[in-house]
Amino acid sequence: MLTRHILSLITYLPAVAGLALLLFPRHAQSAIKTFALLLSIATFLVSLHLYFHFNPAYGGMQYEEANAWIDAGPIRHHLGIDGISLFLILLTTFITPLAILSSWHSVTDRVKPYMICLLFLETGMIGVFAALDLVLFYIFWEAMLIPMYFLIGVWGGERRVYAAVKFILYTMVGSLLMLVAILYLFHLNGATTFDFVQISNNLAAGTFRITYGEEFWLFMAFLLAFAIKVPLFPFHTWLPDAHVEAPTAGSVILAGVLLKMGTYGLLRFCLPLFPASAIAAAPYLSFLALIGIVYGALVAMVQPDLKKLVAYSSVSHMGLIVLGIFAFTQQSLQGSTLQMLNHGLSTGALFLLVGMIYERRHTRQISDFGGLAHRNPVLASLFLVVTLSSIGLPGLNGFVGEVLILAGTFLKSPSNAAIAASGMILGAVYMLWMYQRVFFGKVTNAANMEMKDIGVREKWLLAPILVLMLWIGVYSAPFLQRMDASLKLVQQRIHDAHAPAGGYRVELPRALPLDSWHRAVPAQHPAAVQTGHPNASVTGFKYDH
Amino acid sequence: MTIDYFAILPQIILVLAGMAVLLLDPFTAAGHKSRLGQIAVVASFLAAYVLSFQRIEAPRSIFGGMFLVDSFSWVFQWLFFVITGVSALVSLRFNEREGLNRGEYYALLLFACVGMSLMAASGDLIMTFLGIEIMSIATYILAGFRRSDARSNESSMKYFLLGSFATAFLLYGIALVYGSTGSTNYAAIRTIAAIQGTPQITMVAGLGLILVGFGFKVAVVPFHAWVPDVYEGAPTTVTAFMIVGPKAAGFAALIRILVQALPSLRADWTAILWVAAVLTMTLGNVVAILQTNIKRMLAYSGIAHTGYILVGIVAASGAGQRAVIFYLVVYSAMNLGALCIVLSLSRQGDRRVYLDDYAGLGKSQPFVAAALALFMLSLAGIPLTGGFIGKFYLFSAAIQRGYVGLAIIGVLNSAISVYYYFRLIVYMYMKEPFDSEGQQIPLTAHAVIAIAAAGVLWLGVFPGFILNLASHSILPLQ
Repeated sequence: MLTRHILSLITYLPAVAGLALLLFPRHAQSAIKTFALLLSIATFLVSLHLYFHFNPAYGGMQYEEANAWIDAGPIRHHLGIDGISLFLILLTTFITPLAILSSWHSVTDRVKPYMICLLFLETGMIGVFAALDLVLFYIFWEAMLIPMYFLIGVWGGERRVYAAVKFILYTMVGSLLMLVAILYLFHLNGATTFDFVQISNNLAAGTFRITYGEEFWLFMAFLLAFAIKVPLFPFHTWLPDAHVEAPTAGSVILAGVLLKMGTYGLLRFCLPLFPASAIAAAPYLSFLALIGIVYGALVAMVQPDLKKLVAYSSVSHMGLIVLGIFAFTQQSLQGSTLQMLNHGLSTGALFLLVGMIYERRHTRQISDFGGLAHRNPVLASLFLVVTLSSIGLPGLNGFVGEVLILAGTFLKSPSNAAIAASGMILGAVYMLWMYQRVFFGKVTNAANMEMKDIGVREKWLLAPILVLMLWIGVYSAPFLQRMDASLKLVQQRIHDAHAPAGGYRVELPRALPLDSWHRAVPAQHPAAVQTGHPNASVTGFKYDH
Repeated sequence: MTIDYFAILPQIILVLAGMAVLLLDPFTAAGHKSRLGQIAVVASFLAAYVLSFQRIEAPRSIFGGMFLVDSFSWVFQWLFFVITGVSALVSLRFNEREGLNRGEYYALLLFACVGMSLMAASGDLIMTFLGIEIMSIATYILAGFRRSDARSNESSMKYFLLGSFATAFLLYGIALVYGSTGSTNYAAIRTIAAIQGTPQITMVAGLGLILVGFGFKVAVVPFHAWVPDVYEGAPTTVTAFMIVGPKAAGFAALIRILVQALPSLRADWTAILWVAAVLTMTLGNVVAILQTNIKRMLAYSGIAHTGYILVGIVAASGAGQRAVIFYLVVYSAMNLGALCIVLSLSRQGDRRVYLDDYAGLGKSQPFVAAALALFMLSLAGIPLTGGFIGKFYLFSAAIQRGYVGLAIIGVLNSAISVYYYFRLIVYMYMKEPFDSEGQQIPLTAHAVIAIAAAGVLWLGVFPGFILNLASHSILPLQ
C-alpha cells in the first residue's frame, strides 16, 4: 500500500509537515526548526527507497500512480519517475534538509513561515519532477514559485523586493505561454487527455499527428519557459539578482534544484514531444549555450562579490548542460543528466560556504578577505574541495559530467566542444583566482583575524555533500546505469523524428550502443560499421550541407 | 392558469423582507438598526435555502415565458442570494462604525438582489429590462449612501447619469430587436430570426445597442469610465456588493440574450466581443498598475476580469459558458473576501485604504494578511487557487474554438496583473509598518474572510463540484 503510493508520500510529506507547523506556537523556534529538519530528513530517507528499488533496465515510468482528479478524465493526478527524474528527486530531498540546517542560526525572524515556505517549496519541486500530467506539472511548476518568491522577498538581502519581483515576473511570463501550449496540445489531441505519457506515446506511434508548424510553436512556448528557468543566455538576467538577494538556503535551493527544472523540462518535454523542432533548433540553442558558457565565465571572473561570482558560474555551467542536451548523443545526454546532479551539489555547497563566510563577516566582497587559510584551515580545505569539484577536477564529480558532455558534443560538433572546453578552462581560472584571493596570502584585513573556523553543525552540513562528490567522482556507474535506459528512449524519439528539409539529416544507427562513460569515445563504432555509412563513424546527426 | 408560487418563493421572501425592513424602520430606535440588517441577512440565506429545495428536472417557463425556471437561473440566483447575504452581514458592523445604519440600506440591498435574480431568470427582453432597472436604481442610491461625503455623492451621480444613458441605449436596442422580429420573448426571437435567414440591419443595430447597455453594466471598455470613481466613492460594503453582484447578473442576462435569443448573430457578437475582451483586459490591467488606492485597484482589476470573462463568451460554446459560470463563482469569492478585508481594516470615512497602509500587515495581522495574499494570488491566477482553474477553463474554451491569439493576449495580461497583485503582497510582507495602529476585526468579518479563503482554495484544488454544477447549469442554453 505504502510502496504503491510512495511518490505521493514523498511529494506531499513536506507540505503536510508545513501545514503541521502552523499548529506550533510562533515562539517555539527551536521546536519548529527541529520538526522541519526531522521531517525533511524523513522525506529523504523515504526517497532513498526509490533509488534502491529502481529498475535500471526499464526506461519507462516507474512507481506510477494515477487517479482521476479534475473533470473525471482529462486532468489526472499522475505521478511517476524514470531515470531522468529519479536523481533530481533525490537531489531535492537531499538538499532541502541541508538548506534547513544551514538557516539554523542565520534566520531568526519569522522562523515559522520561513520553514513552512521551505517545506512547501520542497513539495513543489518534487512535484515538478514527478508529475506526468501536463496540467499537474504546470500547477507544481507555478505553485513552487510562490514560496521561493517569499523566501527571496521576505528573508533576502537589501534589494530583495526588486529581486523577488523580477524573479516572479520573468518566470511567470515564460510559463504562462507554456500553459497556452499545453492547452493547444490538448485540443489538438482531441481534448482527451493531458497525460504526458499518453500524448508522448501517441506522438511516437503516429496516432496523433501535429504539423511541423504547430510543433514548432509548441516547442517554442515550452522552450521559453524552460530557457528562462535554466537560465539560457540571454534570459539569465533574473538569476544574479535572485541569487545574491536570496538567503543562503534560498540560493542553495535555487542553484541546486530550481535551475535543474529548466534542463529537466527540456529533456522531459521538449525533446520527446517535439523532436523535429528540437533537432532544427539544436544549432541555435547550442550557440546560445556556448555564449552562456563563455559569457557566464567571463562575467564571473570580474565579480567583486562572492555570491555573484557563484551565480554567474551557474550561468556558465547550466549552459554546458544545455549544450549536452542538444547534442543528442548518448554520452552528452548522460553527461547532462549527471551534471544536473553535480551542479546541484557543487554550487549548493559553494553557496553554503559563502553563506558561512557571510555569517561570520557580514560581507561577501572578495577584497575584504585574503589569507583566510591561516585562521580557518578547515574551512579553507573544504572550500578547496568544493572549488575543485566545481571546476571539474578528475576524481571529483564535476569531471565525470563535464567529460561526458564534452565527449558527446565532440561527436556531434568538435568546434562546439572546443569552445565549451575553453569555457571550462575559464571556469578554472575564475574559481582558482577567487580562491587565491580569499584564502591565500597574508591576512590583510584585521577583522579576518577574529574569524572562527567551521563548527560542528557546519561540518555535518558539508560532509554529506563531500561524500557524494567523491562517490560520483570515483564510481559513477550506479548513477549512470539508472539514467541510461530512460535517456535511450529520449534519444530514440529524436532519432525517429525526421526533420524537414534544411534541418538535420538523421543518420543514427537503429540499435543504439550502450557505452558506459569510460568508453565514451570509441574509435570506430561497431553499429556504425554495420550501417556502412561513411559519416556514421561518429554517432549523431550531421548537418545537411 | 395556476401561478407557480413555489418557483418564485425566493423572490417573494426577499421582497417581503425588504418591505418589512422599510415598514419597521420608523419603529426601530437608532441604536438598533442592526436588527433590520439581520432581517436582510436571514432573508437572503433563507431564499438560498428555499431555492435549494427546488428540483429542476426539465427547464420550464412561467408567467408567459417571462420567467425561466432552469438550472442556469438556479445557479445564478443561488450565487446572488449568497452574495447579498454576505454583503448584508459584513455591512452590519461597518455601517454602525460609519454611521450609515439605516433601514433603507438593507431594503435596497434586498431589492437589488431581486432585480439581479430576475435578470438571470428572465426569458423576455422586457423582464430583463425590468430586472436591470430594479437592480440599478437600488445600486444608484446605495452608491451615494454616505450622504455627507462628496465622493460618495459624486459616485452616485456619475453612476446614475451614465447608467441612465446606458439604459436608454439598451432600451433602444430592445425596441429595434422587437421591431425586427415582432417579439420580446427569447425563444420567439430565436425562432423568427432563424426563419428570416439573413439578419436584418435593424437586428444588428439592436444587438449593438444591447451590447452597449450591457457593456456599461459589466464594465466593458470603453464603457468602463464610471467604474473606478463609483467603486472608490461608494461605501466599501456597497463596492463589495457591486463589484460581484451586478456584474454577475449582467453576465447572466447577457449570456441568455446572446445564446438563447440571438444565436443567429453569433458571428457579429463574437467579433465585437473579441475586440472588447482584448481592450477590457489590457486597459484594466495596465491602469491598475498605477493605482495606490486599493479600492481603485480592485475596480480596475474588476474591469480586467470582465475582459477574461468575455473570453469565455467569445468562445460561444458550452465549454465557454461553463467556464464563465465557474469563473463568476470564483470571482465572487475572491473579490468579496478581499473587499471584506479592505473594509475591515479601513477607518471611518475611507481612511487607510491605500497601499502604504498595508505595509507590515503580515506581522500585525498574520491571518488577514495571509488571506488577502491568497485572494491576490487567486486574482492573479496562480495554481492551487480557484482563479487559476477559472482562467484555465476560460482560455481552454477559447483555444478549443481556435481563438489562440485571444488566449495568448489573456495570459500576457495575467502576467501584467501579477505585478500589481503581488505589489500588495510586497507591502504586506516585505515592508515595515510605519504606524502600528491596531484594528479590531469583528468576528463576522473573520468568518466571511475564512470561508471565502477556504472557498478559493477548495475551488483551486477540488473544483469538480462547482464545475459539474456549471456543466449542469448550461444545459438549458444548448
